[in-house]
Order: sequence, then structure tokens, then C-alpha cells
Amino acid sequence: MAETIETDVLIIGAGPVGLFAVFELGLLGLNAHVIDVLDKPGGQCAELYPEKPIYDIPAWPVISGKELTDKLLEQIKPFAPTFHYNDMVQGIEGNVNDGFKITTDDHKTFMTKVVIIAAGGGSFQPKRPPIQGIEAFDGTSVYYAVRNREEFRDKKLLIVGGGDSALDWCLNLQPIAAHITLLHRRQDFRAAPDSVRKMRALVDQGKMDFIVGQVSELLGQDGRLEAAVLKTDKDERQIAVDRLLPFFGLTMKLGPISDWNLELEGNAIKVGTETYCTSRPGVFAIGDINTYPGKLKLILSGFHESALMAHAAKAITHPDERVVFQYTTSSKNLHKKLGVA
Amino acid sequence: MKLIVTDVDKTVHEIAFNPDDILMHVLRAAEMGILAECDGCCVCATCHIYVDAEWLGKLEPIDDDEEDMLDEACTPQENSRLSCQIQLTPQHDGMKLTIGPEWD
Repeated sequence: MAETIETDVLIIGAGPVGLFAVFELGLLGLNAHVIDVLDKPGGQCAELYPEKPIYDIPAWPVISGKELTDKLLEQIKPFAPTFHYNDMVQGIEGNVNDGFKITTDDHKTFMTKVVIIAAGGGSFQPKRPPIQGIEAFDGTSVYYAVRNREEFRDKKLLIVGGGDSALDWCLNLQPIAAHITLLHRRQDFRAAPDSVRKMRALVDQGKMDFIVGQVSELLGQDGRLEAAVLKTDKDERQIAVDRLLPFFGLTMKLGPISDWNLELEGNAIKVGTETYCTSRPGVFAIGDINTYPGKLKLILSGFHESALMAHAAKAITHPDERVVFQYTTSSKNLHKKLGVA
Repeated sequence: MKLIVTDVDKTVHEIAFNPDDILMHVLRAAEMGILAECDGCCVCATCHIYVDAEWLGKLEPIDDDEEDMLDEACTPQENSRLSCQIQLTPQHDGMKLTIGPEWD
């Protein structure tokens, strides 16, 4: 049974700019639902550089992507946003006068007055190796994530990559798999040293294989993988494989955004700089996903864009209400909203 | 000063640059099909290039961050680099390179 959720505002993207938009909207009394394709908040900060330092967040001489995400979550807590992770918006129907109907991959429906696109570089998708014919095995023998461990029980697995995902799944699936081969392009790993140590111990005990090389060919039929050809420094060899798990990280795709009747420039959504409204009234775009003359893709630009967008959004959701501009330092009304009164 | 760039369709281009330019910015401005999703933060490997062997020695050596990130590049080789990590100087005039393949 499809679920329908009514909200003032739907924010697409739980990266730093989407999160701060919750704050700016919250100060004006608007509640938000936030949807993200990842399984956690933070967007690129969480997925690409959780441990990397950022030096250009005002008043934070240095802060990591994870810390910035955590601080933003703390800051927006009073406004109790509802998050919907592992889901992607497919369609936006309707208009600013009648409201918008949003549908998602997960069969949710949102009825909202305002849509905020804070989608960064688009939606994260796994990087798919350009091996000829790999699509034929998608979802039957080739998996880019482990949703159900049982799928891999008693199977011969080929896990490819050198990061935490590859190493974690080697360790996690080794006890139930028939056999595991880890394939990586070099001897060194960027995964956590402890996982690498454990993996090497399993190799020493003869419980799994580690090969330096790359996949050059997949063999099988009807979606059922039977073998993989591996290219190493020394030779080309064929090994028996039932399941291939490539872990090369994520890449960003614009995805369904291009079908939403928005004026685009390249892979960015064109907006005006007074309100950051797109060519479709009631639909705003903030952060890295938008473009306008002079645009700089900085987190701080997205924060500024959030504030201006919020006032314009309020005028749409509450057309008859006069918005009195207030500061968080002095307004008793805002203190109440922030839970500090 | 110029670079000799082979794109993914094997077409060869001559592309002008100025000293101190970041190679990724030059390739992106010339529309060579460089995604550079993370905009030069060395966290995505979508600005991957192959540098012709005779020019490799004229580049600053690869650091651990870049080497780690090449793990997520599509089909890396011995002469792989991330173009966002390369700052050009006059001694790169005439450098030959090839744009790396893209992920599906």
C-alpha cells in the first residue's frame, strides 16, 4: 500500500546545504521532509570525504566532512525533520498553485507546497566497471552492494577493490562463502589497516585468495556468471566465479532531474539569485546543483542560498502571512522555535 | 604553451595553457570529457588521465592520497594520474596525455 505524506516542504538531498535549509525553513515555522539516495545524511561530505579536512567553513578553521554533518544535525534538531534514506525522487507533478505531487523509487508519495532541490552533483550510483557484457549479469551475478548476505552463501565470490567496502565484505562473507578471491590493482590498500591485516591472515591460512590484477572478461550465460578472466602482471588466468562484487566507489548521475521540466545548463539547474527559484515556480535549487552568473560551488554559498530560498518558500506556503525579519540572537519567538527560550 | 591531448574517441587536440594552471581545469574548460565530480578535492578519480611515459618524470611525484584515489579510477595503468593534482609549469609545454575511460 503506497504511503502518502503531506508536508510544507520537501527537500531533495541531505547534504550540508539540504540540512541547513531545514534550519532556515524551521526558523520561519516550516517543517520539512528530507529524502536522500544514500543511507545516511551528509551527502558528499559523508560519502566522499568524511575524514578530510575542510578549511573554508566560516568560524571553523578546520572541520571534517563528518564533523560538519554532525554539527548541522545538532543545529537542526529543534526542527525535527523527517528523513527518508535509500530513496530517490522519480517524478514531480503539479504546480505552485495546486501543490506538487512527488513520487519516489520506494513507492512513497509526498504532497508538498514547495520543493527544494539540494542534490549536489546528482544522485550517487555505484561505479560500474566497463567490462564487456557486464550488464547481462546485473542483479543476478553482479552486485554493487550486499543487501542480503544469504545470497552469497556457498558461492564462489570475486570481490574487487581496495577500500573499506571491499575489505569489510571479504571479512564478513568469508565464513559463509564457498570461496573468496579478492582482486585489487596493487599490493597496498587504502582500507582500514586492521581489516587489511585480517584479510592477509585469512590468505596466509589458505581461507581466501588475494590477487593483484584487474578483471578483463566475464564468462557465463543467461545472467549466470561462471568464470572471470583476470589480468595480472605475470599472466592472464581464468577462475571459477558465481558472484562478482565490484567496489570502486560511487559516481554522481543527474538521473531523473533532467525529466522535471527545469531549465538546465549542462548538469546544473538554472536559478535566479533573489530567491534561487528554478524556471518552475515553487521549485527551488540550492547548493552545487544550481547555476547562475558568478556561481561558486562552495558549501558556504549553499548556506547563503538556503536563507534567501526559505523566505521565498514561506511566501508561497503562507501567502497571507507577513514575515517579520528577525535575528536568532534577540528574537524571543525564534528562541522558542530553537528550544532555548 | 600547449598540451597534446588524445580524447576518448582517439581525436588529438592541441590545448593552450598558462603556467600555474591546474591540468584538470584546463581539460575541463576545453571540454575534453573530464567529469571531475569532486571539483579537485582528490576524492573521486573522475579526472583520470594517462600521461605519455616520456613526460611522467616531469611531473611532481604522485603522493599517497592520489595513489589511493587511483584505486577508484577506471582501468588505471602505470602512467595513470589524476589531473586535478597536477599544476602546470612551462616545462610541461608539449606534454602528451590521454583522457582516461569513463565509468558506465
